[in-house]
Amino acid sequence: MNAAVIPIHADTGCTDTEILRERGQREVFCGLTGIIWLHRKIQDAFFLVVGSRTCAHLVQSAAGVMIFAEPRFATAIIDERDLAGLADANEELDKVVSRLLQRRPDIKLLFLVGSCPSEVIKLDLSRAAQRLSQQHGAVKVLNYSGSGIETTFTQGEDACLAALVPQLAPAQDDQPSLLIVGALADVVEDQFRRLLAGMGITRVDFLPARRAGSMPAVGPQTRMLLAQPFLAETARLLEARGAQRVAAPFPLGVEGSAAWLLAAADAMGVPQDIALQAMAPARARAEAALAVHRRQLAGKRIFFFPDSQLELPLARFLAREMGMQLTEVGTPYLHRQHLAAELAWLPAGTVLSEGQDVDRQLDRCRAANPDLVVCGLGLANPLEAEGYTTKWSIELVFSPIQGFEQAADLAGLFSRPLHRRQLLAA
Amino acid sequence: MQLTLWTYEGPPHVGAMRVATGMRDLHYVLHSPQGDTYADLLFTMIERKNTRPPVTYTSFQARDLGSDTAQLFKDAVRNAYERFQPQAMLVGASCTAELIQDDPGGLAHALALPIPVVALELPSYQKKENWGAAETFYQLVRNLVPTTRVERVEGAAPSCNILGPTALGFRHRDDLKEIRGLLAQIGVEVNVVAPLGASPHDLTRLGQADFNVLLYPETGHSACAWLQRTLGQPHTRTVPIGVQATRAFIAEVAGLAGIAPQEALARVDASASHSPWYSASVDANYLTGKRVFVFGDATHAIAAARFASQELGFQIVGLGTYGREFARDIREAANGYGVEPLICDDYLEVEAAITAAAPELVLGTQMERHIAKRLGLPCAVISAPVHVQDFPARYAPQMGFEGANVLFDTWVQPLMMGLEEHLLHMFKGDFEFHEDAAPSHLPRNNPTPAAVIPEPAPAPVEAPAPLTATATAVAAEAPAAPAMPAPGVAPIVVARWAPDAERELGKIPFFVRGKARRNTERFALDQGVATITIETLYDAKAHFSR
Repeated sequence: MNAAVIPIHADTGCTDTEILRERGQREVFCGLTGIIWLHRKIQDAFFLVVGSRTCAHLVQSAAGVMIFAEPRFATAIIDERDLAGLADANEELDKVVSRLLQRRPDIKLLFLVGSCPSEVIKLDLSRAAQRLSQQHGAVKVLNYSGSGIETTFTQGEDACLAALVPQLAPAQDDQPSLLIVGALADVVEDQFRRLLAGMGITRVDFLPARRAGSMPAVGPQTRMLLAQPFLAETARLLEARGAQRVAAPFPLGVEGSAAWLLAAADAMGVPQDIALQAMAPARARAEAALAVHRRQLAGKRIFFFPDSQLELPLARFLAREMGMQLTEVGTPYLHRQHLAAELAWLPAGTVLSEGQDVDRQLDRCRAANPDLVVCGLGLANPLEAEGYTTKWSIELVFSPIQGFEQAADLAGLFSRPLHRRQLLAA
Repeated sequence: MQLTLWTYEGPPHVGAMRVATGMRDLHYVLHSPQGDTYADLLFTMIERKNTRPPVTYTSFQARDLGSDTAQLFKDAVRNAYERFQPQAMLVGASCTAELIQDDPGGLAHALALPIPVVALELPSYQKKENWGAAETFYQLVRNLVPTTRVERVEGAAPSCNILGPTALGFRHRDDLKEIRGLLAQIGVEVNVVAPLGASPHDLTRLGQADFNVLLYPETGHSACAWLQRTLGQPHTRTVPIGVQATRAFIAEVAGLAGIAPQEALARVDASASHSPWYSASVDANYLTGKRVFVFGDATHAIAAARFASQELGFQIVGLGTYGREFARDIREAANGYGVEPLICDDYLEVEAAITAAAPELVLGTQMERHIAKRLGLPCAVISAPVHVQDFPARYAPQMGFEGANVLFDTWVQPLMMGLEEHLLHMFKGDFEFHEDAAPSHLPRNNPTPAAVIPEPAPAPVEAPAPLTATATAVAAEAPAAPAMPAPGVAPIVVARWAPDAERELGKIPFFVRGKARRNTERFALDQGVATITIETLYDAKAHFSR
């Protein structure tokens, strides 16, 4: 017997997979869209896009009916007079901001959000933000870019949070604390807080906080745990301020949530058995709830168009926990370091693509003939009309999907369209 | 710079997309940054189209800025031509590409494609969506239509083109069906419908018609004016929304087709035109003089005001449009009703105007629907912009006789609903109708404390109990107007209401309460009364009843 010499293959999944990089027409949102959920998260912040009518129209189209509830976002539309000279544009912006803040005295934090037009004409919004911060003492004015030329969809959140990082207070004491980064639904945030408290971790902050006045502090004792995969710039700036990133997969599905919480526990010096014990009931509940969806999803083939950078963690969850087969997994941008754990968990041989040439990707999609296509609303109905079952991807960003209690809801988002197709065919 | 929360219109390139998406075998290459593809979902989601709009975007990014973007554009045009093999192409720039000043027209012509390529100049920082649609259609017509008119063959039936309907147009699909039906009954043939459903090749046949039916001036007027100038093709001026307008339209079409108007009207089957009788029936008496505020694109707003005042007996208390191109027409119409025209694309200003006019019904766009909701007013949608529910599965034209039927139902329904809702609200404190009361026609076999009949509740101060008997008596003959919640009625007046006067006001039936409040406040202002007492309330009533 020479069993001892049988080589043990460490399954590295897709760690070394070559990635198809494409360039061409991109059927994606720009970063301005992030405003739609960020303004719900930071309750006393206002987002003022400095852009064109197109930007206003985009935000309006993406916000749907939400725009009527006296929303905390608006657009300062650049017109031809502003294009004539830059000094004038700055004065105009000051006027718009004054009018806005008079109307909304409850606002404590104002983001000037750059757009493609404001960037192309090189309107210096960072100087404008400084100037306006001085003019309106009670309101902090910051800026970031949500333009399509620089950001794709969820990268708008990255840019926004990155603008907050220099504003964070330095952490005063030398006790380690946990900083969870990325906007999560309030219900998810509360669940994580309870689970962590159950392990004895109470020094937990979230970025962004729910109010401008309660943003967390950061320092060398900060253990930074990313809740979202699209936070490259925010993480880089937090690291520059001494925060140490805790490597983990993302908290999607039972497995992802457990590993993410275990990484937090480990970083905060909590023994693994205590952490496992604290999460056991929620984990068992989630596993039971997933079973019904697994019957619907197992063996089905899925294709991801790029949208939010959530695609890799989602594909990992659907493949490992739901038994789905991955055809192509597209992402607008792939951060190898932040997604290292996800790449290792993806089934070897998965086709990964970064960027997009939408017509060619549609050709590949049709050739792969998947059972379910994850794509944006511009592609969903046309693909349905061709006979494909689709899941529109924006919902994955707007719905609470992280953590144990949401695992079955997340699976349900994918099983519902398949179930519906069965019902209508019957 | 303009502070904007809501925009009534998108940028002009969205108008160009409405033309391109409405047509067949035409492809639009739009020089634009990543992200502008959001506009696709207007078509695939709101209009529920089952194909992608025929638009290719260059999706340039920051790293491409510089000379690279021109090459990117040329590649996109060439690839789109090879992939889609259209009969003609549109090329143009979105707002950001306008700033980087690549020349889409020049770059595309340099490719020397074997099809017509129409370059669009759409000034994004001055113009908007409807203008973009009109300009795009005009450029297509100008570039593709031969400048020689084809005369009608002796003995052939008169023919026309129907111009103006586009993708993402409010009820364009069904209006078109309705108008086609009318024309067929008159004996006029339809040569080409454009842009909706037409190919570039179809456009080349526009000159074969005797005249043009202009359905939507916002999108079709420039093209019609050019066809009139260049080919001598006259076009219709009447938009057939409402029964009277439809009859006028038939007469006008007859004139252009060389048919006697009376003969044409006799050929048309109006047996399914129910709105005139419905409006004459006694049930509709309560519609008389109902105060209505109208806002939308100019064409629909003017037509709606006409139908409301002449065919329903409403009173127009406000008329406006967001489309500056047709401001003159709105001013003219508003003068006819003796109201200030409102030309504005700021929905906060529209909200202020509605609040000040204190209407009993709002006819408007999606935005007015939400303004009305906030003010607690009944509302119906008459114009784009609209949301997905206003691209209905059922047949729902605005034009022609069936269109008038649809208008009658659509506008009267929120008023009926308003009456129902407020009767229920009014009887909330009533001993039989309180909210915990069990259904009266069911036996009470399981009495619970909630089912016990309470004593008639004393009037709470903030929600005055109605005088049930009076209210019921008046309700029988009453117009259905909802009371506006106090915050919705902008106090134009400084006079303060004494609490007992406020309570007394609450006893006045809801459907005249708003008017009573307005009149009393105006009276107090005129008389220089600082505090409105019960006396003031009845003084005002006496004053205005004279």
